[in-house]
Amino acid sequence: MSNDHFVRFENVDKSYDGKQLVVKGLNLDIEEGEFVTMLGPSGSGKTTCLMMLAGFETPTNGQIYLDNNVISDIPPHKRGIGMVFQNYALFPHMTVYENLAFPLRVRKIPKDEADKKVDKALSMVSLQGFEARMPMQLSGGQQQRVAVARSLVFDPKLVLMDEPLGALDKNLRESMQYEIKHIHENIGVTVVYVTHDQTEALTMSNRIAVFNDGKVQQLSSPDELYERPVNSFVAEFIGENNTFGGEVIDVSGDKCKVKLNSGIDIMANPIVAKSKGDKTTVSLRPERAIIDPERDMDNNHKGKIEEVIYHGDHTRLRVDLLGNKDFILKVPNSSNRMDIKEGKEIKIGWNSVDCRALDPK
Amino acid sequence: MSQEKILSSDGIPLEESLKKAERKNKLKAVLLVAPLFLFILIIYIFPIGDMLFRSVDDRMITKMLPKTFVAMEKWDGKDLPDEPVYEGLYEDLSLLKKNKTFGKIIARLNYEKSGFSSLIKKTIRKIDKLEEGNYKEQFIKIHKRWGQSEYLVALKNTAPKWSYAKYLKGVDLKFDEQRNIIQQDEDRRIYKTLWLRTINVAFWVTIFCFILAYPIAHLLATLPMKYSNLLMICVLLPFWTSLLVRTSSWMVLLQQQGPINDLIVWLGWAADDNRPELMYNVIGTFVAMTQILLPFMVLPLYSVMKTISPSLMRAGKSLGGTPLVSFIKIYFPLTIPGIGAGSLLVFILAIGYYITPALVGGASGSLISNNIAYHMKSSLDWAFASALGTMLLVGVLAIYWVYNKLVGIDNIKLG
Repeated sequence: MSNDHFVRFENVDKSYDGKQLVVKGLNLDIEEGEFVTMLGPSGSGKTTCLMMLAGFETPTNGQIYLDNNVISDIPPHKRGIGMVFQNYALFPHMTVYENLAFPLRVRKIPKDEADKKVDKALSMVSLQGFEARMPMQLSGGQQQRVAVARSLVFDPKLVLMDEPLGALDKNLRESMQYEIKHIHENIGVTVVYVTHDQTEALTMSNRIAVFNDGKVQQLSSPDELYERPVNSFVAEFIGENNTFGGEVIDVSGDKCKVKLNSGIDIMANPIVAKSKGDKTTVSLRPERAIIDPERDMDNNHKGKIEEVIYHGDHTRLRVDLLGNKDFILKVPNSSNRMDIKEGKEIKIGWNSVDCRALDPK
Repeated sequence: MSQEKILSSDGIPLEESLKKAERKNKLKAVLLVAPLFLFILIIYIFPIGDMLFRSVDDRMITKMLPKTFVAMEKWDGKDLPDEPVYEGLYEDLSLLKKNKTFGKIIARLNYEKSGFSSLIKKTIRKIDKLEEGNYKEQFIKIHKRWGQSEYLVALKNTAPKWSYAKYLKGVDLKFDEQRNIIQQDEDRRIYKTLWLRTINVAFWVTIFCFILAYPIAHLLATLPMKYSNLLMICVLLPFWTSLLVRTSSWMVLLQQQGPINDLIVWLGWAADDNRPELMYNVIGTFVAMTQILLPFMVLPLYSVMKTISPSLMRAGKSLGGTPLVSFIKIYFPLTIPGIGAGSLLVFILAIGYYITPALVGGASGSLISNNIAYHMKSSLDWAFASALGTMLLVGVLAIYWVYNKLVGIDNIKLG
């Protein structure tokens, strides 16, 4: 079979107890040099996939290929995959230098060469001069960087990261996101990154695999994922989302007419629900709906403002629209902003192309 | 910076108002601690002090023969002493006879030198018949030993109020008549052997416990909760069983007609008429003590291993270390505080262990604590028992000190 992907999951199943599948028939290809994020809620199987790739779990069924070789029978220490753990897993009884030198020492790399590599790895995470510190003497962010440096110091082709930023506070997390991203861009290593934080995934990745229920729901670039989710789960999970339940009553070309549960018809973009009579959930991003639309839009409805929430750079409105009392609108805060008050009736318009008819919830 | 006193808002110096505010809490804390403090003082500190005191206290004889010892101060201890010494003896012994309190002195002097018993008894019997003056001659007439200077030297040697002779005895040394420290007679040297055996047994029991406990503790720390709880109960169950019951069950198992011997015979390792002795020797002591002290090794190890994140071993493997290398370089060093705590605990408990060696140890498996008990209950030489006890205590403190220097007591984790 043709097999020129760097990492390939082929029909991988995984069960821990013989009763439930945690990963179900997973197929996933990752190219060399990519930054792929496995994103999903807890229990969706993403960490299990990572552990199978690292070699700490064995697939119940199916094969995993690394560089065109089946790796199921290779023990973790021979796979040569770098890994960053959730709680850093720095060796507490070793200094930063010893932590970094560990993978080099077990590979019997001569000391002067090892010193150079350690130095290079530390400079990559701007931690020169910290060699003699113990991990406990470092802050959380510094420990994190040491963990990243340690996973890269032996020049692995593939680095796995298991929610590495989960324990950091928000600001630090954001700066670390950029730092990891830049390291990836600079050295061109393939990264498989696991997180449940969608902003993290959107910021860092070339491609994102959204996991749910042991399956990859969608594997695509961040913008694709956000703009064109292929099903309701992805639409709900990534970003904010307004939904309407209904049934397709007419399809014509790239548009369809959906009769909502409240009895009103709207125009939508048929993605999953493609034929007449299909039940559907219609998904619309808040920023794609506009108040008092000047241009002609093929959806134009009236709603009542239920709540106004001030957010600094923008204001969020909760609107009762077409039977959905939780319809969210984002209004940028500009000096000529409209007169927005609770209880006021407003006109809301959007294009049917942004309004995706997906599978019913 | 000026050294001005900081005042609280009502003008009282801050330090004072802080003290005032905390006085009540301090008082409460003291009251809460007081019962335990008194308890420890009464049943622990006081008895240990008393033990230390007894081991060096030799005042009983000093009080009983006051005049003799005063007279002896002028005697050089070479030839026979002069008249005043015998006069002092006469007065002291007469008084003892009158008060009928001479029993203790006979026992005490006989410890010092055998032969004193009959000497003192005979002297006291005849002392009323002595005439005034020229006591030296009359004493020698009562018993010829009063004319042998070695007895009088031995008597003089008991004069000091404090004596460390019991400690010398505890390491097979003694005073000769010239107060030089010399080796005990060959056939009476038993304590060095006993100490070495005690240390040897404690050491090997610690090693055996470590070898057995390490995998169990690791299993306990890594198994899923429902299995580890069961295993923990298996570890603790013997711990909750009476020590005597456990030791007696070992006696049942290890005896010559017992199940273990049956098994050995059945396996053909020994002939039926030549069953190995597993009890009443050092083997029995090793086996039973290892089993009994095992939980003291398992628990500290477990509590340390519980804190070691499993991801550390995974990290070691993912970085290229084989499982063995990862274990030696990562896991093992992190368990050292637990090993230290467990070993220290087991060693200290083993070195003073009493019941088990007393029941299954026999003669060749009995330890220093059995000897202490012997002197407490049978020979009634409490001073010597105290001296041995004190030496044991000092030994344990020394081990603790060495351990602190090597590993650091802060690194200990008991639970």
